[in-house]
Amino acid sequence: MFRKRPPPEEERRVRANDREYNEKFQYASNCIMTSKYNIITFLPVNLFEQFQEVANTYFLFLLILQLIPQISSLSWFTTIVPLALVLSITAVKDATDDYFRHKSDNQVNNRQSQVLIRGSLQNEKWMNVRVGDIIKLENNQFVAADLLLLSSSEPHGLCYIETAELDGETNMKVRQSVSVTSELGDPNNLASFNGEAVCEPPNNKLDRFSGTLHWREKKYTLNNQNVLLRGCVLRNTEACYGLVIFAGPDTKLMQNSGRTKFKRTSIDRLMNTLVLWIFGFLVCMGVILAVGNAVWEREVGSLFQSYLPWDPPVDNFMFSAFLSFWSYVIILNTVVPISLYVSVEVIRLGHSYFINWDQQMFCSQCNTAAEARTTTLNEELGQVEYIFSDKTGTLTQNIMSFNKCSINGQTFGEGTDPLEPPPKRLDFTPFNPLADPEFCFYDDSLLESVKVGDLHTHEFLRLLSLCHTVMSEEKSEGELLYKAQSPDEGALVTASRNFGFVFRSRTPGTITTTEMGRPVTYTLLAILDFNNFRKRMSVIVRNPEGRIRLYCKGADTVVLERLHPCNQELLNITSDHLNEYAADGLRTLALAYRDLSEDEWEAWAESYRCADKAINCREDRLAAAYDEIEQDMMLLGATAIEDKLQECVPETIAILSLANIKIWVLTGDKQETAVNIGYSCKMLTDDMTEVFIISGHTVQSVRQELRRARDRMIELSQSRDGVKEEGMGGWGEACFMGNGFRDGQGRDGEGGRGKQQLQCPPPQPPSNLMDNISGEFALVINGHSLAHALEADMETEFVSTACACKAVICCRVTPLQKAQVVELIKKHKKAVTLAIGDGANDVSMIKSAHIGVGISGQEGIQAVLASDYSFAQFRFLQRLLLVHGRWSYLRMCRFLCYFFYKNFAFTMVHFWFGFFCGFSAQTVYDQYFITLYNIVYTSLPVLAMGIFDQDVPDQRSLEYPKLYEPGQLNLLFNKREFFICIAQGIYTSIVLFFVPCAILSNATQANGVPLADYQTFAVTTATALVIVVSVQISLDTGFWTVINHVFVWGSLGLYFTIMFALQSQTLFRIFPNQFHFVGRAQSTLLQPVVWLTIALATAICIVPVLAFRFLKVDLKPQLSDTVRYTQLVRQKKRKPAGGSVGGAGRGVGSVSEGRLGARGGSRRSGYAFAHQEGFGELITSGKNMRLSSLALANFASRHSSSWIDTLRRKKHSHTNTPPTTTASGESSPAPSVVSGSVPPLSNSSSLLGGSQDTPIEEETATAPTQNTQTAPPSSAQASLALAPAASEAAAPHGSALNADVLTCTAVRSHGGESPGGWTITLETVQEALFGRRAISTRVAAANSPGPPSVAKETRQIE
Amino acid sequence: MMASSYNAKEEDGHIAAASTHGGAPGVVKSKKPDNTAFKQQRLPAWQPILTAGTVLPAFFVIGLIFIPIGIGLFVSSNNIKEFEIDYTGVDINNPCYSCAKNFSWNNTTPCLCSLPFTLEQPFESNVFMYYGLSNFYQNHRRYVKSRDDSQLNGDRSALKSPSKECEPYRTSEGAPIAPCGAIANSLFNDTLELYHIDINGTRNEIPLVKKGIAWWTDKHVKFRNPGGNDNLTVAFQGTSKPVNWRKPVTELDPADPDNNGFINEDFIVWMRTAALPTFRKLYRIIQKKPNTTPTLPSGKYVLEITYNYPVLSFDGRKRMILSTISWMGGKNPFLGIAYITVGSICFFLGVVLLIIHHKYDTRNTSADIPS
Repeated sequence: MFRKRPPPEEERRVRANDREYNEKFQYASNCIMTSKYNIITFLPVNLFEQFQEVANTYFLFLLILQLIPQISSLSWFTTIVPLALVLSITAVKDATDDYFRHKSDNQVNNRQSQVLIRGSLQNEKWMNVRVGDIIKLENNQFVAADLLLLSSSEPHGLCYIETAELDGETNMKVRQSVSVTSELGDPNNLASFNGEAVCEPPNNKLDRFSGTLHWREKKYTLNNQNVLLRGCVLRNTEACYGLVIFAGPDTKLMQNSGRTKFKRTSIDRLMNTLVLWIFGFLVCMGVILAVGNAVWEREVGSLFQSYLPWDPPVDNFMFSAFLSFWSYVIILNTVVPISLYVSVEVIRLGHSYFINWDQQMFCSQCNTAAEARTTTLNEELGQVEYIFSDKTGTLTQNIMSFNKCSINGQTFGEGTDPLEPPPKRLDFTPFNPLADPEFCFYDDSLLESVKVGDLHTHEFLRLLSLCHTVMSEEKSEGELLYKAQSPDEGALVTASRNFGFVFRSRTPGTITTTEMGRPVTYTLLAILDFNNFRKRMSVIVRNPEGRIRLYCKGADTVVLERLHPCNQELLNITSDHLNEYAADGLRTLALAYRDLSEDEWEAWAESYRCADKAINCREDRLAAAYDEIEQDMMLLGATAIEDKLQECVPETIAILSLANIKIWVLTGDKQETAVNIGYSCKMLTDDMTEVFIISGHTVQSVRQELRRARDRMIELSQSRDGVKEEGMGGWGEACFMGNGFRDGQGRDGEGGRGKQQLQCPPPQPPSNLMDNISGEFALVINGHSLAHALEADMETEFVSTACACKAVICCRVTPLQKAQVVELIKKHKKAVTLAIGDGANDVSMIKSAHIGVGISGQEGIQAVLASDYSFAQFRFLQRLLLVHGRWSYLRMCRFLCYFFYKNFAFTMVHFWFGFFCGFSAQTVYDQYFITLYNIVYTSLPVLAMGIFDQDVPDQRSLEYPKLYEPGQLNLLFNKREFFICIAQGIYTSIVLFFVPCAILSNATQANGVPLADYQTFAVTTATALVIVVSVQISLDTGFWTVINHVFVWGSLGLYFTIMFALQSQTLFRIFPNQFHFVGRAQSTLLQPVVWLTIALATAICIVPVLAFRFLKVDLKPQLSDTVRYTQLVRQKKRKPAGGSVGGAGRGVGSVSEGRLGARGGSRRSGYAFAHQEGFGELITSGKNMRLSSLALANFASRHSSSWIDTLRRKKHSHTNTPPTTTASGESSPAPSVVSGSVPPLSNSSSLLGGSQDTPIEEETATAPTQNTQTAPPSSAQASLALAPAASEAAAPHGSALNADVLTCTAVRSHGGESPGGWTITLETVQEALFGRRAISTRVAAANSPGPPSVAKETRQIE
Repeated sequence: MMASSYNAKEEDGHIAAASTHGGAPGVVKSKKPDNTAFKQQRLPAWQPILTAGTVLPAFFVIGLIFIPIGIGLFVSSNNIKEFEIDYTGVDINNPCYSCAKNFSWNNTTPCLCSLPFTLEQPFESNVFMYYGLSNFYQNHRRYVKSRDDSQLNGDRSALKSPSKECEPYRTSEGAPIAPCGAIANSLFNDTLELYHIDINGTRNEIPLVKKGIAWWTDKHVKFRNPGGNDNLTVAFQGTSKPVNWRKPVTELDPADPDNNGFINEDFIVWMRTAALPTFRKLYRIIQKKPNTTPTLPSGKYVLEITYNYPVLSFDGRKRMILSTISWMGGKNPFLGIAYITVGSICFFLGVVLLIIHHKYDTRNTSADIPS
């Protein structure tokens, strides 16, 4: 904290093995300190921080005011006690936090690492590692500091790292040392290494590093590819050596550990506004009383001076009035009690714990409980209007299961009749010892068919076992492990494995399978790889008999049109099946084969080689070559894979939409997939009035489509509105009433009057629920259309259209667009938004939404780290919102209402008294009472209510989702409610002052002594106040647990106990000057008149409230009142709940039937091939196979390193694929680039200098030749391809890399020498430390195809 | 940015996770939250609802309780006899007019005036005599705090150096004032005497008891003379009398050591400040005579006033009040009326709500929820 800050570094010079030299620069040591305080600095620093809070400063200011005797209307302790309490509670919290930080710091700092000191490796603590040290890392160790990789145990100085801690990506990345140092190898050589690294000063850019290594009078360029960052973990690498460049606080990890944006709830903002108003009110009252004081001092006080002279500095009434103003500010400050903020925090903390403790949000499979990572947003969970959800991993499990297939016109697979009990799962083990026990299939007829030896079935399964790019790993005999790049493929290969066609292993040229127990080795002649245009992949194999056959699998549309004409009959049957599968929401593939003669093969192989070697348009020519041979195929059948939804997703979505929450799915997936998931999770239904699809590529067409959609909606809704106009009237009003958020909505631009209705139609009478559903709309919008729709001039149009829809699906969106959509809704709708996602690509939207929810226990922790709440399954969302959120909102609102009420009731008494005491700022109550009122007498009951209150039990709020609506409409606490509370408080204060005043002024005790003395009055009023507010909280509390009882009764008891104690003779004897009220409690409370006064005041205060509330519940019951009442009736009657559950229950019931409910009518192609390309080449090149394997032999001769070469070139072409650098502006929307009209948003483009070229489909067709890239495959694919390669622990040849460099330098001339064959090339920067992990790859892959294909797909859907 | 809100703990957490992944499967500790009623928010609870069945009876009960109490209070308050006479002397016809007009702080001879009045009804039982002041701001903040309770409690050091709160009545001519402060300084010092004029015109002085008029705790706990009650002159040596006083504190009641100095009851009563600017304080008690005649028979009386206390300057008023007492204290019609009113309103509200409930209630018929 107090480390001396040296002047900012210009550049960093680090000499290896030379501590003396490096010490000159005073670089930070590797000791990290995330803690803020130590024992000595804790108090001052913490206090300083706390007094930066406005509220605390305000109270400090009051405290100072109170020290001025002329002003002081209260003793100093009335402020300092609560303030001290608040400060110490916060301090204790901070101290505990810091203690744990210290502990974890210590633990991290004391980790051991091996440092090379004077030629030998020694164990050192992390904190003792210095810049310039060379340290040795072993496999699975954390990198201790930012290192320059010098050498590793792997060939070519390669090593593999996992960067999950940094960016949440779980795939591995490869790093390579500079070639000269990679040869150093063992510690002895390294000890004599004295190179000097000169590099940029510490910064937080994780994907950038530039520097130079000076060694033996030569310079070597260093880039990001050469550094290992702290926080990474070494994987698949025995050991490596690195030179510490940045240590401790200078590491990129620590430089990045900024604070996340602080989110505030709408209640917070409202509260702050109200507090400001109250301050204004306070000043007004102060002014009124000061004027009163001026008048009084002039008219009365000046004459009264013979008995009461002015205090010395006061010489005229004006000055007295001025002082009186401040005095009143002091005594009236309790309208904004300091305990408000603390209590709010405590309540939220309590709610957060309830979320953490909720068993029903615990996922036993992944052993993860829900977690409230932010404790300050709970009540906003009860106000959510928009949910933005990711698809993959959030709605779906990202698990594919082979569900059905159609072989030669016969369909296999389970039926979807929900009435029958699920058939028994097939047991494959007796049939096939190699079967995967996890595999589920329910239809034994397929197994029978296999056993019978049906040729088609065998060929079908053979195709599945051969035509793929899966890698296998066989740890021991029979224990197969498939590594599939897409889960679809894994599912297919596993299926064939279980049915007896087991894929065992592959080499670049062969595939070995076990067919029905018989090992067979096929020669792999070619892999015709997948890409997004081809939508298919094929293999050409030669079987042991020497027959050459092409196996193809792909999208039905593509494969079916390439069939031999003789397949027509089978084609019809199969396409019926395909439609059936698609209707069930399954992802389908068509399978076909073609026999090739030797000649055909030779001829084609020649043209293939030719295309492969082409320098220009290689991709195109390859595609043409592939196309040439994939003709006249014979149809085998089709497969159907289920993209498994997470548990209860349709139910959850149904309940949430019944709760009037609009759900938007933002996914990187393709439109078809997204729409399919939309249907299977009941977001889209066939009952919907209309589903609009926006897929224009130009601004104009998008605008037109939006307009058309809106016109249609207006048309439809008007025709509906005409029918039930009467019904709408009252509800429209309710919708706007009391909801501060909705103001200004009418100004939404062109939408105008007509739109108004559309924007707020949902709150229809509950009885019209079914009508409501029938009038629903949905909108599907593509990423590139979205880019246009998000432009400034179309924003409002898009928002008004989209928000009128019940469901919105945005597909092919980039992470940045996700955030933009969320921001858009935040800006235009002023509604509370919630974003839920699981991957790094969701981070941006999670951070920009009001509430971010991360799905934990899946891939990566990045989303969870950025989120405010995390849990393991999507379905917990309903409980989080409808139960916890609703309760939190309810409790917080009730708490705030009561809190403002009780403080106004308490404080305003002083105001009235001012008129009777010459505006002298005399308090009504004893100063101890003022001190303790807020923190002791009235705090606990209201806290208990704020934490434990429930209006309806949790099951009920799930049963009646409509109960959620008051939160969305902000009905329970808004400005109106606030004024009601205030008015009630002021009314109470009037009663509390004037009733005792009127009664006591004439009252005497039974012994004749008058009761009109100040102290009796004070005690009576205070007692009445405590009793009134206690009765009020009893009325407000709807859920009396033991704790509420204890707190309410305890507070009352405590009041009397403390009062008697403070007014006891003992205390008085010790401090006669402090306890003036000696004996007052006894004398006063023995008087029947006093009790009669209190009873009267209580009755007058409470009776109107009671009457009002009764009328409200009786005449205009809220749904929650009704539910409560019903429950009470049920309890009384002990009647089974059965039939009385109304419409809402019906809604819930209807959605809970089977996961694949029968959906008639619409046919949707379920095709979604989650493939990435590039693997074919990877396999044939053998690069991803262990060096020990056969591949090594072929390595040098074949395709020398072409795969990585091409990949890199491809990547080059796609420099702006969305990097997963989370919410920062660095990510760039690929689709927007595709559209060509949006300026590239990428920051990195500036970094790229001249080669900003973003491949546009049309452009690639006319291929400018100065760019080597010919086709636009995604760079993401490249990096993904790299990752498995890395994980296979293979070593791409140095030559490959060199070749790569050559190509790159050809592309763009970059300054910098490359003596060792290395230069800071574009792709190394771009490829970055952190490529893309699986999920973002999907996004990118889906994004990459250009408009033409998308347009085609769209048409298909329409 | 990436890796935001990093802390080392998370780094650790990952290690732990990684080790459980790769290492021995062992017993993975379940993080399942405890299934306790508290944590699952299932604490048994009483959930009261405002139903017609509970609210309406409550209104009737309140009404039925308040109305009789109110009637009782009203009746007993009406039975109390009270007589009040203003002797400020604002009016020129008032016998005290000259005393009020000619008052000056330097007068050495007290100004006397006598005020005749007639009691229409006899006053039974003990009669309490009050003096009442109006427009006298005993509740003013500066006034209220201008006292030193330590000094009044007999603390010797406070006697010698009174609290700063007493300013400007803290010291006089270099000596500390005892008792200090504005309250003590403005001690009410009129002397009131009551004479009954019987049928033959003779004036009989009515005995006034001046003890037993203060709160017990005040007299016995709060106020104490320094060094006990004997030889007050020694105890108060070195102090000076309050500026407005004519005699020092030691001479408040020289005849009775239990009523002298700080524990003089007139003084104590004055020191108990009033809540409102119009107040009355108990002055004397006229004790019930043992025989059957009323304490104060109806007839003519004369109030003899030693007029020392100026109030005209700030438009104040002085009154003398005679009152009898019932079980619930003095005359207080407001309490009874308020109770009757509130009780009636409650009852009325109950009836109205009952009607409304019967007429408009929608859910009594069925327990179904319109959804």
